[in-house]
Amino acid sequence: MSKEEKKPNRRDFLFTASYTVGAVGVGAVIWPMIDQMNPDKAQQALATTEVDISNIEPGKSITVLWRGKPVFLKRRTPEEINEARNVSLDDLPDPQRDEDRVKEGKDEWLVMLGVCTHLGCVPLKDKGDYNGWFCPCHGSHYDVSGRIRKGPAPTNMEIPKFEFVDNNTIKIG
Amino acid sequence: MSEHEYTPKSKAGKWFNDRLPLLTLGAHLTDYPTPKNLNYWWTFGGILTFCLITQIVTGIVLAMHYVAHADLAFASVEHIMRDVNYGWLIRYIHSNGASMFFLAVYIHIFRSLFYGSYKSPREVIWIIGLMIYLLMMAAAFMGYVLPWGQMSFWGATVITNLFSAIPLVGDSITTWLWGAYSVDNPTLNRFFSLHYLIPFLILGLVVLHIWALHVPGNNNPVGIDIKKPSKDTVPFHPYITIKDAFALLVFMIIFAGFVFFTPNVLGHSDNYIPANPLVTPAHIVPEWYLLPFYAILRSVPDKLGGVILMFSAIFILFVLPWLDTSKVRSAVFRPIYRQFFWILVIDVLMLGYVGAMPAEGIYLVLARVGTIYYFLHFIVVMPVVGYLEKTDPIPMSISEPVLTGGAEPSLARKVNDKV
Repeated sequence: MSKEEKKPNRRDFLFTASYTVGAVGVGAVIWPMIDQMNPDKAQQALATTEVDISNIEPGKSITVLWRGKPVFLKRRTPEEINEARNVSLDDLPDPQRDEDRVKEGKDEWLVMLGVCTHLGCVPLKDKGDYNGWFCPCHGSHYDVSGRIRKGPAPTNMEIPKFEFVDNNTIKIG
Repeated sequence: MSEHEYTPKSKAGKWFNDRLPLLTLGAHLTDYPTPKNLNYWWTFGGILTFCLITQIVTGIVLAMHYVAHADLAFASVEHIMRDVNYGWLIRYIHSNGASMFFLAVYIHIFRSLFYGSYKSPREVIWIIGLMIYLLMMAAAFMGYVLPWGQMSFWGATVITNLFSAIPLVGDSITTWLWGAYSVDNPTLNRFFSLHYLIPFLILGLVVLHIWALHVPGNNNPVGIDIKKPSKDTVPFHPYITIKDAFALLVFMIIFAGFVFFTPNVLGHSDNYIPANPLVTPAHIVPEWYLLPFYAILRSVPDKLGGVILMFSAIFILFVLPWLDTSKVRSAVFRPIYRQFFWILVIDVLMLGYVGAMPAEGIYLVLARVGTIYYFLHFIVVMPVVGYLEKTDPIPMSISEPVLTGGAEPSLARKVNDKV
């Protein structure tokens, strides 16, 4: 800068105004280019799935596909529920009570995303050191409540939004 | 660059060249003064160009028969293998070509590490090369997804889930990458689009890579600056072209050996099972050329930490020219660094091996040791050895040792010692 303070003139104003309008224009074009990659209407339309659970015996589980991801529906035996509730929260990397992972009064039904919270593989049932699930990809062990116990996964398996439509039907999503 | 300006002989040539100096460029490329002591480790640049062109040509042909849809992709690949005329050959060249590409690029990178080709004034060549390497990994990963087999699907799931480790926005980014709530048809579609795009980006970067190379000229096995042109250089054509052609021929024999005799040995048999989003294969592994990084990822018992360390293992290479403090380029004259170089080679090979093994027991221990050494090599060994090492005397010119007895750089050193 020279000694005399340079005063903003008309040209500076025009530069600034042009850059600003240009930036807004570029942004307005870039956003659709980015957002087009997000899930489209057809994908969003698959947001709920209804499942008939009347045929599931205690101790058994089924796997259904919801939004392209497996969901485990397990009807737990009283022993399994006891086992899940007798775990001290201090032993859990991601402390959460079993009661908070099921619907009140429907304690036997564990409904969770069958997706390992590490890198997205599907854990195998009745495997691992904690009588629950075991992920073959990188060795995460989950307990009978689907909570992470050992391995690289950071959190418990996710509980999706779901509700009981009636005693025999669960709506996921 | 040749000293005298090039003028085309024909009138038409002159007319054209005055308007677009393509002939001048051609003359520059043929006359380009090249150090006369380049060994066969320097032939991999040409080999890599061949690999890129092979992948582009076979890829364009495969795209004429492939269908990028989750319901049809697997069947269309089998259609290529069984019905399309020579489809099996073209696909095997393309899939094995990816492996050969990486084999050549790893040799090319380690050659640069040994002879100090990444050092001043060639840092920009090195950085462009690393960008090419990153794009190669992206292209290879997306290409592996296209057949939509079990390894395709679960490889895509695991790799895209790496981004879910990012705090706060990780899940949104992953969903955005997928275009769905899991790896699904939209994912396959965009991967195909990008897989087709990336080779041409690589091609553009290759042009910049060579352009940047032609500014300072080639490094060479003794790593000294040379005058160009001089008695230390030969014209690129025919001296280097014929040597490159011979090396390429040998390389193609090995390539053909894979294509015709063991076309599936580098792949995984699970990828001949159609993708099933409900069942993860018992043992998922990436392609061999990504295994060292996979081992680093798994060596960390923390999700975000593993992802950060894996990406750091690549990005640390970008600052390598500034981590290396030695004034001497070639490891031929660096007795201490030379040993650490070979330890690094063994370390990376070991990481690759444990990356293919289950992440437990001794393999986990080896992966951790290997990971720690990998980073120590770049962060501690390179700066410290550069300062402390007493390097051997370097020759004054390339011709000097040649004229006094032997072409071997090691002889050059002995000659120098006597002086």
